Amino acid sequence: MTVERRGWRIRALKLWLPLGFFMIFNLFPFYWMAVTSLKPNSELYSRKIMPLVVYHPTLEHFVKLLTETDFITWTYNTMLVAVVSTAISLVFGVMLAYPLARMKFPGAALISFAVAATYLVPQPLLFIPLADIINKLGLGDTLTSVILTYPTLLVPFCAWLLMGYFKSVPHELEDAARIDGATRLQTMFRIFLPLCIPGFISAGIFAFTLAQNEFLYALIFLTKTDVRTVPVGAIAELVRGDVFYWGQLMAAALLGSIPVAIIYSFFVEHYVAGLTSGGVKA
Amino acid sequence: MSAHSQAIGSRVLRPRPAFSLRRWTEREGVFSWLMVIPPALFLVALVGYPFVYGIWLSLENRPVAKPGVFVGLANFITDLHDPVFWQVAQNTFVYTFAATALKMAGGLALALVMNQDFKFRNLVRAIMLLPFIVPTVLSTIAWMWILDPSFSVVNWFLVHWGIANPGPSWLGNPNLAMFSLIMVNTWRGLPFYAITLLAGLQTISPELYEAATIDGASTFARFRYITAPLLKPVIFIVTMFSVIFTFSDFQLVYVLTRGGPANATHLFATYAFDVAMSGGQFGLGASIALSMLPPLALLIAGMAWYMRGEKT
Repeated sequence: MTVERRGWRIRALKLWLPLGFFMIFNLFPFYWMAVTSLKPNSELYSRKIMPLVVYHPTLEHFVKLLTETDFITWTYNTMLVAVVSTAISLVFGVMLAYPLARMKFPGAALISFAVAATYLVPQPLLFIPLADIINKLGLGDTLTSVILTYPTLLVPFCAWLLMGYFKSVPHELEDAARIDGATRLQTMFRIFLPLCIPGFISAGIFAFTLAQNEFLYALIFLTKTDVRTVPVGAIAELVRGDVFYWGQLMAAALLGSIPVAIIYSFFVEHYVAGLTSGGVKA
Repeated sequence: MSAHSQAIGSRVLRPRPAFSLRRWTEREGVFSWLMVIPPALFLVALVGYPFVYGIWLSLENRPVAKPGVFVGLANFITDLHDPVFWQVAQNTFVYTFAATALKMAGGLALALVMNQDFKFRNLVRAIMLLPFIVPTVLSTIAWMWILDPSFSVVNWFLVHWGIANPGPSWLGNPNLAMFSLIMVNTWRGLPFYAITLLAGLQTISPELYEAATIDGASTFARFRYITAPLLKPVIFIVTMFSVIFTFSDFQLVYVLTRGGPANATHLFATYAFDVAMSGGQFGLGASIALSMLPPLALLIAGMAWYMRGEKT
């Protein structure tokens, strides 16, 4: 019995205490976002009352955000850009990953090295020349500018992740289809790709969250309110000079995070599989 | 019977066309290249070309919206004489090392904690990843409010518990501002470390630990001689990612401090942005951005070399 009690204490010390600490550290900003967005300004800007709870919750900030700013347009833009650039990236990702993972061809090593290198090129290295190129192409302040540039961040990642997945699929089914006279394209579309749907979900979810997260290109290419994405809109338009509209900022941060969080919650396992495949399998 | 064999014979003897497009595209090498070329061209056009163009820009004196003049290495020489540039370099190294070390230590700790059996482990893992999936700018806005000079919730508690009055200015004091940035970067990157290392821990066979325990190895010895060596490749990959993306970080600094106070938190990326976008000097900005490349390449090469040395 003493052993059991000691075991309980050790478990609390080794598991629940550190876990609790990390949980609070990780989640506090989200709690703070939610609480702040519900507070009336009188509570928001008071140094007297306990800040962790809301005494008179109000939806005033949400109403103002949705009616007085272009938040809905920003959300629409963000979603559109994320969905289209994810789709492009998946198609290009398959076109790179399928030959690299399943076939032998001269130059394969060079291509896979180039894909890995592109993956590691940090964005700040490219934003100045890209800004110039986008301007010269007359694409400034269009969603096309970001739809074109986001896949440069997502394609190498999708290709890498899909290559790992493709390599794990056995060859027998494809061989059988080839012997039965299917062309390579037919084999790929009818036999191979349907087997890889989990891989597509992993890569797609990951690319989608990356596209939602992107800020630098959007900040530079999109300077008009009707083409902005949520992060850029919030930073550029809810902070006017030195005035921060904290209630609306927090409401925007919360509403902007919810779509990603919902999609993520449906596909957590796929997301984690994608996240860890890079590090663990490589 | 003879008619039958004749039919087969005539089919075999039918002359094959010298060239068939369909047969050509069915060849493994041709099919592969036809697939690879479109995405490869796309990446060359929007990554390769801008990269080379950026090098070209860095050799020009190029005010915004005006034709550039070739000036050779003059921009880089300007950088080397710019005290802010050196401060930026120092800031970037401090930021990268401190944040990566914290993420590694914290991530490893969290991974070890979560590698125990407990109820709702998958749910906890899903929740732990939230800081990593939520758009960085949006969560950083929340941090900006947590660290606000007048209404910081941290300071409310410091004052309330009588620890400090008034509370420190988290983003206004140069050292504290850097500290705050490192904390926020750690907050965001730690889950990635933890979840990846957790996946690495779960690939280690429990039999190794059992055998070590039977041989009388202590908890620390088991960590030192089983967990650490087997986890090393995973730690290496994760650290490489972390170093690259921390070194070239932009969003956190842009949202929280814009490089201030007095350039104390400017990193290469934000300084290049300031010079190129706000200052309108594309050439000089490009040279600052390019200056990230050699130290970054050295860091990665050094890590790769270290890993290689360990193996042999």
